[in-house]
Amino acid sequence: MPINVKAAGLSVTIQDLGRPGYYHLGIPMGGAMDRLALRAANLLVGNDEGAAALEAVFVGPELEFTEDALVAVTGAELPPKLDGEPMATWTTLKVKAGQVLSFDYLRSGARAYIAVSGGIDTPPMLGSRSTYAIGALGGVDGRAVQPGDVLPLGQPGKAVTEGTTIPAELRRMPGNPVELRVLPGLYWHRLTDAAGKRFFAETWKVASEADRMGYRFQGGTPIEFVEREQPFGAGSDPSNITDSCYPYGSIQIPGGTEPIILHRDAVSGGGFFTIGAVISADMDLIGQLQPHTPTRFIKVNMHTALSARRDRADLLEQIRAPFA
Amino acid sequence: MTTRYTHGGDEHIFVEIDEAMSLEAFFKSLSITNAVREADIKGMTEICPANASYQIKFNPDIIHPDDLMAELKRLEQTADVSDAVLNTRIIEVPVYYQDPWTHETLMRFRERHQDPTGTDLDYSARINGYDSVDDFIKAHSGAPWFVSMVGFVSGLPFLYQMVEREKQIQVPKYLRPRTDTPKLTVGYGGSFSCIYSVRGAGGYQMFGITPMPIFDPEQKISYLKDFMVFFKPGDIVKWKPISREEYDRDVAAVEAGTFEPRIREVMFSLEDFNKDIAGTNAKLEEALYAN
Repeated sequence: MPINVKAAGLSVTIQDLGRPGYYHLGIPMGGAMDRLALRAANLLVGNDEGAAALEAVFVGPELEFTEDALVAVTGAELPPKLDGEPMATWTTLKVKAGQVLSFDYLRSGARAYIAVSGGIDTPPMLGSRSTYAIGALGGVDGRAVQPGDVLPLGQPGKAVTEGTTIPAELRRMPGNPVELRVLPGLYWHRLTDAAGKRFFAETWKVASEADRMGYRFQGGTPIEFVEREQPFGAGSDPSNITDSCYPYGSIQIPGGTEPIILHRDAVSGGGFFTIGAVISADMDLIGQLQPHTPTRFIKVNMHTALSARRDRADLLEQIRAPFA
Repeated sequence: MTTRYTHGGDEHIFVEIDEAMSLEAFFKSLSITNAVREADIKGMTEICPANASYQIKFNPDIIHPDDLMAELKRLEQTADVSDAVLNTRIIEVPVYYQDPWTHETLMRFRERHQDPTGTDLDYSARINGYDSVDDFIKAHSGAPWFVSMVGFVSGLPFLYQMVEREKQIQVPKYLRPRTDTPKLTVGYGGSFSCIYSVRGAGGYQMFGITPMPIFDPEQKISYLKDFMVFFKPGDIVKWKPISREEYDRDVAAVEAGTFEPRIREVMFSLEDFNKDIAGTNAKLEEALYAN
């Protein structure tokens, strides 16, 4: 039975674990920015971890339920309310038919995940329900959720006891100060030694242009480039390269001024040099950063990147264990 | 041409065939990515070919990044890069140059452009040594173009001009990218033309607009029923300048479901092309317009 959308906040989109396999055509994998939070929300309502849920940026929606359901809100600290009564985040909530789920103001983080038993059952496109608005794929008619939308739900999965919660120590959120680990590579050699050192030494701030495609950072010193004659086809700016693919998490610095980290809805390629990539273990964290958040980039090697990846996998196993 | 291997975080390997663009680099990348695809390496999840480079996405829980990189280097040695021959297709793409929609947009973002007093076509014609915009359009639409990459967003083709390097058009991108570009704008940046498949941000100079959709997520357009993305690397394109009347007629035909792009199958040999560029292009055009 469906959910009626009464209000849709700033940007509420349907997201699952995305549609890998089409990046070579410029269609990014997409899906939840904070994958761990999505998985946790789904576990709390008895769904497959990759079921489609709502990703709400800064402001929660207002949802009217037409049938009893389990609901869980994870990720950003965006406290839910049932018929106006404050409820807990990261916890299995029971919602009765006719009740309205709304949200208090954002306490921390940037993206909350709202999972409902059965999962959001809009039509999958290219194997995913994730909203990719630029390509009009997934979601509701290829767009974000709007007031008046009716969201279909799938068949509920496993029963989960009301009040089940993910322990606080397993809720991964960015630290204070925020640190994102970066493996240098790609076109790192375009930077002078001094510029490379400064990139890691300085504190950057999340810019207002921060969305599912990419997060822009400001406040550091403009980059100096190693001088060269630009290769044919690259374009005249020293930050230009012959258009190539962009890894997810890669950091480009157009014009040498403001770094941009490409995220789940990345453009698949383009003509700007990249200096390396945020390690896979830290991608979830980026989706929880608010504009103006001071951020440090930490230089790591492959060994550290892979061990951080194992730590994240271990954390997911700990989250899963009680639901097995 | 020196191949350069580098890590893109712990989930990607990036391989630059050459810093500079050339059809030689494209074909070398194509043969290597074909060999990589056939090798079907465990843990590899995506192969993304680009103009003069390619990128692999993989699961490092299944294969160590260093092992995968060693395997890719081995495949480069065994890939047959001598046979730069492609069975492909040539497609006629109608272009309404100097259209009112890209004109409105370029005026709106004039302060982000190198030449705030003119248009993108005025500027591009001038810096490439053409006396008039008309001559420049003739050059842009004269020779065929090679699709050397699909990407950025939603099936956008990057097209490389099939002429001698000294004749190739080169233009810088906007000083600061626009936040808007009309859908189906024919653009230009560096040595690449492109077609913006969807409306959105962009930094390429804007020359015109095509009535021919190249991306349809609903797969309703007749020639996009099988797959929502039209172009693939290796396609060859011939621009056809059209008037406002022809543009309106084509748009109406697209809406009525009767628009069929002119497409012919052709064989392309890089060696033959390099030996006789004008002759090869003439043959391609002949194939396109033969019935």
